[in-house]
Amino acid sequence: MTNPAASPNPGHKRYFFEKFGITESLLERCLGQALSAGGDYADLYFESVTATSLGVDEQIVKSASQGVSAGCGIRVLSGERTGYAYTDNLSPERLLHAARTAALIASGPAKQPIQGFTEAPSANLYPVPTGGYDLDLAARLELILRADRAARAFDNRIVQVRASYAESLRRILIAASDGAFASDTQPLCRLNVFVIAKEESLTTKGSAGGGGRAGLDQFIGSKSPEFLAREAARGAILQLSAVPAPAGEMQVVLGPGWPGILLHEAVGHGLEADFNRKGTSAFAGLIGQSVASSKVTVVDNGTIAGRRGSLNVDDEGSATQETVLIEGCILKGYLSDKLSARLMGMANTGSGRRENYQSIPMPRMTNTYMLAGDDAPEDILRSVKHGLYAVNFGGGQVDITNGKFVFSASEAYLIEDGKITAPVRDATLIGNGPEALKYVSMVGNDLKLDEGIGTCGKDGQSVPVGVGMPTIKLDKMTVGGTGR
Amino acid sequence: MPETVPQTAETVPADDLDLESLAADVVAQAVKAGASDAEAVAREGDEFSVNVRMGQVETLKESGSRGLGLRVFLGKRSASASTSDLTADGIRQLVSGALALARVTEEDPFNGLPEPGEFGSLAVDQHLYYDDVYSLSGPERIERARRTEAAALAADPRISNSDGGSFDASTGRMALANSRGFVGGYRSSYAGIAAAPLAKDADGKMQRDGWWSGARSLAELDSPEAVGKEAARRALRRLGARRVPTQRVPIVFSAEVARSLLGSIFEAASGDAIWRSASFLAGKLGETIAAANITIVDDHTMFLPSGAGGFGTAPFDGEGLPSQRNVVVENGVLQSYLLNTYSARKLGMKSTHNASRGLAGAPGIGCGNLFLAPGALTEEQIIAQIPAGLYVTGLMGFGTNVVTGDYSRGATGLWIENGQLTHAVEEVTVAGNLTEMFKNITAIGSDLVFRGSIASPTLRIDGMTVAGE
Repeated sequence: MTNPAASPNPGHKRYFFEKFGITESLLERCLGQALSAGGDYADLYFESVTATSLGVDEQIVKSASQGVSAGCGIRVLSGERTGYAYTDNLSPERLLHAARTAALIASGPAKQPIQGFTEAPSANLYPVPTGGYDLDLAARLELILRADRAARAFDNRIVQVRASYAESLRRILIAASDGAFASDTQPLCRLNVFVIAKEESLTTKGSAGGGGRAGLDQFIGSKSPEFLAREAARGAILQLSAVPAPAGEMQVVLGPGWPGILLHEAVGHGLEADFNRKGTSAFAGLIGQSVASSKVTVVDNGTIAGRRGSLNVDDEGSATQETVLIEGCILKGYLSDKLSARLMGMANTGSGRRENYQSIPMPRMTNTYMLAGDDAPEDILRSVKHGLYAVNFGGGQVDITNGKFVFSASEAYLIEDGKITAPVRDATLIGNGPEALKYVSMVGNDLKLDEGIGTCGKDGQSVPVGVGMPTIKLDKMTVGGTGR
Repeated sequence: MPETVPQTAETVPADDLDLESLAADVVAQAVKAGASDAEAVAREGDEFSVNVRMGQVETLKESGSRGLGLRVFLGKRSASASTSDLTADGIRQLVSGALALARVTEEDPFNGLPEPGEFGSLAVDQHLYYDDVYSLSGPERIERARRTEAAALAADPRISNSDGGSFDASTGRMALANSRGFVGGYRSSYAGIAAAPLAKDADGKMQRDGWWSGARSLAELDSPEAVGKEAARRALRRLGARRVPTQRVPIVFSAEVARSLLGSIFEAASGDAIWRSASFLAGKLGETIAAANITIVDDHTMFLPSGAGGFGTAPFDGEGLPSQRNVVVENGVLQSYLLNTYSARKLGMKSTHNASRGLAGAPGIGCGNLFLAPGALTEEQIIAQIPAGLYVTGLMGFGTNVVTGDYSRGATGLWIENGQLTHAVEEVTVAGNLTEMFKNITAIGSDLVFRGSIASPTLRIDGMTVAGE
């Protein structure tokens, strides 16, 4: 978990100044308009995104698309109130109009923003293309063609293969009435493989993916097209022989990596500061109390180089950080943005994120994971007499108010007398956030972060995130299958 | 202390952009630049939303945006591009970008626009747009949101916190044009109010639920008081929730969650899933897939009882084919897949005019107003027949696999004992397989209400497993 040397990058800022004719004096005028009816704080969020995707389907390069969008969101905070307006037209008139619209949330004498911006040096967690942004499409096509070949070669029961590659480059510039100024350029890419397997009347699916905020050289090893293709194919073939999942409470062992989605749903969302400020989270008021077994330490860390959930700065311009959420069973802290930090009198953890310039920022996770323990994974499995071993999952969801969360296993096996036996069909696991981690009785020494596939939704806004976990054992969890 | 309410912004004169001409012009530019065929979509929309929490304005948002999408063909090759930059320069880049991408794709024999004779747009006024959604002043909009929340907070002393009350309004215009002569466009409107109260019991355990009313016209919205009160009732009935033992019992899916089962039927009947064999309904055309009294219709032409167009109503689909009504399942038999031009060609069939179109990408498949035809029983009558079972009012998670039909989701609701609703239930799952679940629908409610583009009456399904303690 290294944080590469901090270095200011004037290129991010220059992009907006040159391409859209933004000037410091225009930024100051917009902030002045935004505070023309009072308010505590205002910020401008410029965003320019270029996205490209390619798809191979039935061995044919069938699809290619690109999208460009640019706009500015203007926010005014007044007490607990937020006024927001955005525009996709970056002319001075439209920006000033949006600023006046957002300003109407406040009602008081005009305030003056701080004159002159200070850009703090920021981290350098991901590579940024220099010069133009002309993609080498052939190199990207080669990735999905390799995935297609590997998946079809895996087993002749694989009857459909679709592989896709998506890449985006997001440039942001943030200027705030408190003088804060930040800019960043955020690459993100992802390779996905989806397959269908068929045997007699039985049809199953499998999928795998990987990516992050890094260049094409990341697609090696466990992110290579061949590895991902074989994983997708293996999952589909496995399902052909799956038995019904069991139903009811039992011991559950979760494999390392993506099953860390448990943490994202069970505790992560419930620890976002906005819910706790409003008292709507099942975790409200639990700081300092025991919410897990003593073996559990959970952090949210936005500073890991190249990860899908990592950011040099959040969408309010604050540096991201590593935040300890749970340490040795005790709930330590919340994830906060500027608004909640100010209203709750707590530190801003650099967790203010938004989907795009049309969206109001709010506290969000980055990469959320449990630290490794001492147990060998094979000892964990050996300790279970009758239970479920789940190693891959689809999505999850949580009701933050009552704490109930679900996550859906897409690859899981029965454990009988300490041995992995039959694969089971898809089943949802359900638990209660503030209680579930108290049943963690063993924590593996094999911490792994996911391959870079997570997207988190909150209030209709999607942002890329990461999760991770070592192998763990929960003494009690409800498995939602149909079997006896 | 009286609160000073924010005003809404002064109106900036609209540019009066002619979206249909813009889309047609982009198509012409693409053809001129070398595309053998082209299709463009132009969209413009604006939104207003206000959330009032604990009586105070929490967020207020007001804005608009535009976008342009282009799909180009080079024979049987195609690619697409989208942009928010509608300047001449932005459009030039859109066209050249799409064509450059098309050159890296490969020929797909099934690719292409629909045939010239297929295009069309329904001429009848579908009542999709009502200008009253923006008729309220800023303070009046805030007042609607405040009243909706206030009604929830006032309903019961156990309602002591809230995620707020909201008022939303939006209007949008879209235009579609292609190089085979189709040009069409329409505009639409929406207004909505909602409340999301929290109830707390004596032990401090909290439950949150909500309710909303949405319509194309402001005049059709339920009153803030009715919405707030219903939201409170729904939060309160979740108090005291507990788990139940793992068992197999009849499940009653309330109308608002039964909708999601229809969503799964839509996904499984979609042509893209069918030609890939990625659906439990693949190859089942003409076969019995549901109980004998089940009829499911997807109607893109429907009007609501109020006279307004349905939430899934439109004059043409995402490829410019005239809207129509498709019977998907009739008396339990699968009658039709839902197809766009591409999936129809892959299956050797005709499009059912179900193409959907975002700004970027090839057309997908979308439903219009998808519903399961109502039965004769009230919800109370359905529940009264069950000695022990689960009445489901909320579902969680993504545990629906339309390839295998495996279904396993988190559920909340109320326990049924001797035909009566008793205590609230939470932290359980309901599981089965969609291939059997639709055949095991043993009762259909009479309560079909369109609160969105997908609607279902209350459904009783037998043979599913509840997993809990």
